[in-house]
This record gives sequence, C-alpha cells and structure tokens, in this order.
Amino acid sequence: MANGWFRKQAGGDRRPPDDGPRETAGDIPEGMWIKCPKCRDLLFAKELERNLKVCTKCGYHFRLTARERIDLLLDPGSFVEHDAGLASVNPLDFPDYTQKLEEHRRRTGMSEAVLSGEGALEGQMLTLAVTDFHFMGGSMGSVVGERITRAVERATKVGVPTLLISGTGGGARQQEGLLALMQMAKTSAALARHHDAGLLAVVLLTDMSLAGVMASWGSLGDVMLAEPGAKIGFAGERVSQQAQVMKVPADFQTAEFHLAHGQLDKVVQRKDLRDTIARVMRFAGAPVKAEIEEPALATG
Amino acid sequence: MAGSFEQFERALGELRAQIDRVKRLTQEQGLDRSAEIAELEAQERRLLEEVYANLSPWDQTLIARNPQRPYLLDYVHLLFNDFTELQGDRLYADDGAMVGGPARLDDRWVMVIGQQKGRDAADRHKRNHGYSRPEGYRKALRLMRLAEKFQRPVISLVDTTAADASVGSEERGISEAIARNIRDMFLLRVPIIVAITGEGGSGGALGIGVGDRVLMLEHAVYSVIPPEGCAAILWKDPKRAPEAAAALRVTARSAREMGAVDEIVPEPLGAAHRDKETTARNLKEALSRHLDELCRTDVDTLLDLRYEKFRRLGEYVDPSSNGAG
Repeated sequence: MANGWFRKQAGGDRRPPDDGPRETAGDIPEGMWIKCPKCRDLLFAKELERNLKVCTKCGYHFRLTARERIDLLLDPGSFVEHDAGLASVNPLDFPDYTQKLEEHRRRTGMSEAVLSGEGALEGQMLTLAVTDFHFMGGSMGSVVGERITRAVERATKVGVPTLLISGTGGGARQQEGLLALMQMAKTSAALARHHDAGLLAVVLLTDMSLAGVMASWGSLGDVMLAEPGAKIGFAGERVSQQAQVMKVPADFQTAEFHLAHGQLDKVVQRKDLRDTIARVMRFAGAPVKAEIEEPALATG
Repeated sequence: MAGSFEQFERALGELRAQIDRVKRLTQEQGLDRSAEIAELEAQERRLLEEVYANLSPWDQTLIARNPQRPYLLDYVHLLFNDFTELQGDRLYADDGAMVGGPARLDDRWVMVIGQQKGRDAADRHKRNHGYSRPEGYRKALRLMRLAEKFQRPVISLVDTTAADASVGSEERGISEAIARNIRDMFLLRVPIIVAITGEGGSGGALGIGVGDRVLMLEHAVYSVIPPEGCAAILWKDPKRAPEAAAALRVTARSAREMGAVDEIVPEPLGAAHRDKETTARNLKEALSRHLDELCRTDVDTLLDLRYEKFRRLGEYVDPSSNGAG
C-alpha cells in the first residue's frame, strides 16, 4: 500500500503530538505528503489545504498563521490592517531579546506577534486582532498590547463588535517584564469601555492559548469560542506540574475540558467558525457595512 | 553581595541575639555593660547600612519573600480599626488565600482586600501559601462591589507569589476570575488604592492590582513571572534565578521607572520584618494622603484618569506619532 511506503520514507519519527511545536500547515511545500501529528496518517498537502488545514482522517486542527485566519473568517478583500508600523524595542535591555525579535521577524515575515485591523464578516463590520503562535509563541509585549488596545478602542469609538483571536502560548512576554504584565491591564481596560458601551466582544481561542493572555482579554469575550483540541490554560505545563498534587486528567487544559467545566460557550469546527460568529453578531445587532461612515472606521 | 545575602541575614540574627544576651545579663547581674551594648548595636547598624545599600534584585526577592515579613492581617491590625472579615464568593467556596472586609482608617470607612500567606504549617495550608484560587478573586470582586454600593474606597494589599494553578482552579476558571477582576476594576466607581507589600506575582497580583494609585513598599518585588520560572523557561535552569531577577527588573525602583507604580513607600533600615510598626506607619501615611486626594476627585474624572494611567504603559516605536509611545 502506498501509505506504508510513505510512512517508511518519513522515517522513524514517533514522537507524541505534544512533544514540541506542532506542524504548521503554512509551511507545507507544494505537492508533499504531510503526516498528521495526531493520527499519524499521511495527508496529501493540497487536500489538507482544501480542508482548511484540518486532518481529513481524524479532524486534527493544524495551526494557522494570523493571515490565514483572517482569510478564513473575513469577507474577501475586506481586511484593512492597522498600526502595522508599531515596532518593538528592548525596554529592559533583556539579554538576547533584540536578536530574538530580529530572528522571528525574518522567519515569519511578520513585524510582531499580532495582526490587527478592521474588516467585515458576512457584511457586518468589526475590528479584530489575531495573535500568531509562530512569532515568539504569540506572546504579548508592548506592541501586541497596544495593537489589541487600539483595535478595541476603535471598535468602541465606531460602535462595532470586536473579535479577538488568541494563538498565544507564550502569555505575557517575559522579556518586557512588568511592561508586558501591564498590557493585560491595558487591553482589559479597553474591553471594559467596549463592554460598558454595550458592544459585542467575541473571543476565539486556538492552539495554544495560555497564561497572561488567558488572564486578560482571552477570557473577556461575551461569547467564548474555541477550536477542537486547542490547548488552553492558565499556567504553562512546567509551572502547572510543579503545582499539581493530584493527578492531571487526560484532557486537562484542552478546549473540551474547558467546555465541560463551563468556561467556554462552544467548541467549533474550523469550517463552522464563520457562520457561528456571524450569527452571534446578528444577534447582537452589529451594524452592516452600509450603516458605517467609512472615514470614521478608516481613521479611527 | 549576591548569594551571600542569606548568610548575612543569619549573621545579623546572631549579632542581634548576642545583643539581647548582653542586655539580659546586664539586668540579671546588675553590671553596667552599656558601652559594650552600644558598640554591638553600632556594629549592627553599620552592617545593615552597608548591605541594604547594595541589594541585588535577587536579594530584594528574598526580602520580599521573608516569612517574617508583615502580611495582610498584620497591616489590618496595625493600620485599621473595626475590621470585620467577610467571607465567600457566593458561588463555590471561601478562599483562605484572599481576605477582605470593611475597616476604618482613622475616621474613614474603607473596604480592605488582599492576599494572606500563612505563618505556621497549619495556617499556610489554610491560606494555600497565599496562592489565590478563583473563589478568592471572585470574593474580592464581590467585596469591591459592596464598597461601590456604599461609596467606600477600596484598599488592596498585594502579596502573592502567583495565583493557584491547580486542576481545581483551572476547572473553576482561574483565568476568567482574574481577567474579570482586571476589567471590572476599571469600571468600579469608587477610589481604589493598591499597595504591593510583598510579592507582586504577575497575573495573581494584577487580579487585585488595578487602581487609581499603585504604591509599592521599598523592598517588595513586582514581576511578570517569578525569576525561577523565567530562568527555567529561557535558560532551562531555575538556578539562574538571580540572573533572571536582574533581567526582569523586579525591584520597586524599576517598577516606578516603568510607570507601573506611582510611589515607593519607604521601609525602615533592614526592611519591614525588622520593624513592622514603622512600616505600617509609613504605609498608613501614604494611604491617607492619597485617599484625601482621591476622595475629592469627581468619580467620572477618576475613571478617566485610571484608564489613562494604565493606557500609557508600554514601550514601542510609533512612526505615525513622531516619537516613541
């Protein structure tokens, strides 16, 4: 069988799916076979693409880049990026941070770990921010905090929903010390005002969503959604293990675990995300594109 | 002095014991040994001055964690009158790591909340070593809402290594509890003064750490992650914690420089654990002064200023605004 041949070719890589960074569908070279890290079956890359980077055999959701996420969810051509010029510095002169930033910029082609702006979802206007695990674990430093805060503030000003999507495994970025911790306060403050204005905030948690982001904007959606299998939690594994006295359940810190414990509204298949968010926005009475003065949103 | 700070504290303890012994002998034997006592005390003072003038960030971390350091309930007794503890989150449980209730600061009623570490083994167990669970944060928010209902200011004393990360806390939404507190503290329509008195441990601290003023005791620390955790993640070696403490800039002075803290409350020579009364007096002076100011401010202005204070924090380059943010 062809499968067996390819498995042999792929070598003896039998590491468990959580032993290190997941495969990134964004890096799939054209025409190659991809091994699903969960079921270990071989998938044809093009077929995987067509299936929104969800394993056709077991439903494993490969990580997306922020750009892919936006393409998946927003109306084609509607996304306008904001605050792209904001650039990180090394405020604490933290060892190796400047080099690390450089390296991640080069490797990802992104300027920072979040992509933010405005767009439309089934014609309904929103602002959004998407953190990307591939850039320093999606961790939140000053620039990530500032872009998210501005996206939320813009939504408040114009009177539209905001959609915050986490792919942040790294929490608050320790290389920026207390300034990173303060981004938790800053983003939550912006959400407080957005909430007070009676506007809708939707949070979507993707693999991984941990720590500082979860203890701030990542938990502050009126509606809390997650992708199947996403790792979600307060403390990273190392910290968590130290604190454990009792045995950790098998599904600990997964989307399904949090759904079962009432911390999420819904675990949603990737193909159904757009519809689900659009429906929630309609329920909240989000304005459609024609009702918004274009310049207000563009310059907000 | 790095690495030798604990030895230094031990040596000082022995010196102090020697002074006490000589004093006792003086009383028992009726001999005048005041010259000897004066010499020993001068020696103690010189040592303290020398060492406390050159503390590394890691030394500061050890001082902030000193088990003799005053905790919330010490301050409650030294600063306030008529404290009445109110318990429970009305949802699941009462968290011993978080304590709160109404109290009087001179003639002003306030709501006091804060973390409590334990003193002995049984107490430490009851207090979960000061690691608050979701119930603690929810209780704190409930008490803050009670303060708002009766237009009383909130005083929040922060002292925690981190929030509790057990399976149970995860099940009951520790992230959500902290996040909601942070958000809702920006909407609370009464003055809030926060004081970091010991360890300001990341999200666990921030969960009761949003206020119109954030004060910090001179030898407290405030950090995005414990130095050991930072060293373990970045360098795979928790023993490099002293290095991490320096890189993270955990001291009060650094927190003030970064804008996360408004004022440093001085501690007596040799830190709070040597003189709880003076520490409490200094803290009380600062709290009263800021309360006077905040209680005169109209509440909408207060909320705008609270927002702006945190809104400014962060450092980056913004090419669209002609300069750094």
